Amino acid sequence: MSWVLIAEQSLNGLQFGLMLFLLAAGLTLVFGIMDMINLAHGSLYMLGAFIAASLVQATGSFVLGVVLAVPATALLGMALEVVLLRTLYQRDHLSQVLATFALILILNEAVRLVWGSDAPLPMPVSLSGPIELLPGLFYPAYRLLIIGVGLAVAIFLYVLILRTKIGMLVRAGASNREMALAMGVNIRLLFTLVFGVGAALCALAGALLAPLLAVQVGMGENILILAFVVIVIGGIGSIRGALVGALLVGVVDTIGRAFLPIAFGAFLPPQVASAAGPAIASVAIYLLMAVVLFVKPQGLFPAR
Amino acid sequence: MKKIIFLVAAAVALPLVLQFTNNLFYVSLASRILIYALAATSLNLVLGYGGMISFGHAAFVGTGAYVASILFVEGVTSAWIAWPAALAAAALAALLIGAVSLRTRGVYFIMITLAFAQMMFYLVNSMKVYGGDEGLTLPRRPDLGVDLGNEVAFYYVVLLILLLSLFLLARLAGSRFGRVIVAIRENEQRAEALGFPVYRYRLACFVIAGAAGGLAGALLAAHGRYVNPNVLHWTQSGTLMIMVILGGVGRLWGGVLGAVALLGLEHLIADYPLGWLAALAPNYQQHAGLAVGLVLLAVVLLAPQGIAGLFSRNTRARA
Repeated sequence: MSWVLIAEQSLNGLQFGLMLFLLAAGLTLVFGIMDMINLAHGSLYMLGAFIAASLVQATGSFVLGVVLAVPATALLGMALEVVLLRTLYQRDHLSQVLATFALILILNEAVRLVWGSDAPLPMPVSLSGPIELLPGLFYPAYRLLIIGVGLAVAIFLYVLILRTKIGMLVRAGASNREMALAMGVNIRLLFTLVFGVGAALCALAGALLAPLLAVQVGMGENILILAFVVIVIGGIGSIRGALVGALLVGVVDTIGRAFLPIAFGAFLPPQVASAAGPAIASVAIYLLMAVVLFVKPQGLFPAR
Repeated sequence: MKKIIFLVAAAVALPLVLQFTNNLFYVSLASRILIYALAATSLNLVLGYGGMISFGHAAFVGTGAYVASILFVEGVTSAWIAWPAALAAAALAALLIGAVSLRTRGVYFIMITLAFAQMMFYLVNSMKVYGGDEGLTLPRRPDLGVDLGNEVAFYYVVLLILLLSLFLLARLAGSRFGRVIVAIRENEQRAEALGFPVYRYRLACFVIAGAAGGLAGALLAAHGRYVNPNVLHWTQSGTLMIMVILGGVGRLWGGVLGAVALLGLEHLIADYPLGWLAALAPNYQQHAGLAVGLVLLAVVLLAPQGIAGLFSRNTRARA
């Protein structure tokens, strides 16, 4: 096992972790501030990817398509919040889970009606080749772009939440909603705004991951669960927790899938190793979450 | 009481009616609905009576389905062994998962039950010996003494198991145990202050529900003569939750009504073309999910008490 492989897999883990962070950041804010379980967050990710696919095709430019898809999805998300989700804040978690589960079904079918089951979103040709980072270490340029965008957004969000007035209001809402309300914060507007930001981040992640994965109906469902795992590990409502949790999950998952089968092969007979390796690797992040919750039932960085 | 006798009589008479109207192939669908009714009822014990929002109930249904199927493949073809084994294995899984999960509260509980179910989903996915992601196909249904290959016989066996389970649930809900469980749901601190070991009561409730879910899983595998990892997928847990909410949370018949309504609706849309709707939207039957989603949304927003709530005079709020 060479250092090149390790470096490559670490970068893959970082790239996956940063994309998870984009999804988890919106989810944790909605969750932390509004105390609202939004299962339809994954559907916004799917919507964002489909919208991006259409816009890229219409404009003929990858960058322009993605950049336009982000505000479009944000607007859709805010419309959804104003029309429907707003009425759910006062309801119990069970109603929220059910209503947003219904929304998944509805949005899945709506996308199928408008676009069909899948849509093409090819990688821009100029970025499809590898780049030599270090002598002997080649890495796909497109994945580097994702890492760059992810890092930039992470820093931007971090500064926005921890260093600005709006961020202060958001944090105030997350740590004590009633008190923030009593201090005269316009919570309704803040909620809609936060929801829009969450939707925009979803669209960005969906559009950027689309060339690597695939744009298809149901693409949001499995990654949604990963995003939930991330925010539960990090502590609900904490943007720092979401970042740490996302990187942990991204790296553990990628490294586990790449190296656990090899590691098992070192001391187990090949048949057992080839069966047990992938099995353990695929449950590794859930084990991680169970352990974290067992030790710290409120996650690593509790917001309250 | 009259309503219950009517419902049971209707269920018993169903195969006869279908035979007279030459629709006997619907008996198999009816069995499937009753099996889901059992699974939803078991979830209702945790969700409705216990107030624990478990988002991983498919784990126990799946455990039961897989244990029964694996036993069959390994040569244990008797349902008298396989079904109790499925029940016991699901109970064990519920004991382990519950012991960890019940230390957390609120949203964290929802998410950790979900995570455990996903863990099981990926585990069975990687069990290459037993089909991996393709699942297991069984040559026939297990042996019970009656010919389960006969759809009508299978239907009555499932109906009997469901009615027995409902009877036990009613007895359980009325017992001291059931009242403590409801008391914990209503006010945990108060129950604790009265000296009830809250954690142990909750765990017992969780295990009983898991065991019943496992039995439903074994029946499901026998019914389809097939099992694949999708019985453990999180959307399956979501579907069971939908049934409970649709039917009525914390109501004895909630799970049954929800399963009948949801699966009935799906099949109505898929099997009976409506002329006027088809004229408006030619392919609407391929989009049953849209209608199910809209109905579900309407129920959550407009009838939080579920279908059972619409028929009951006791409209005391319960959420």
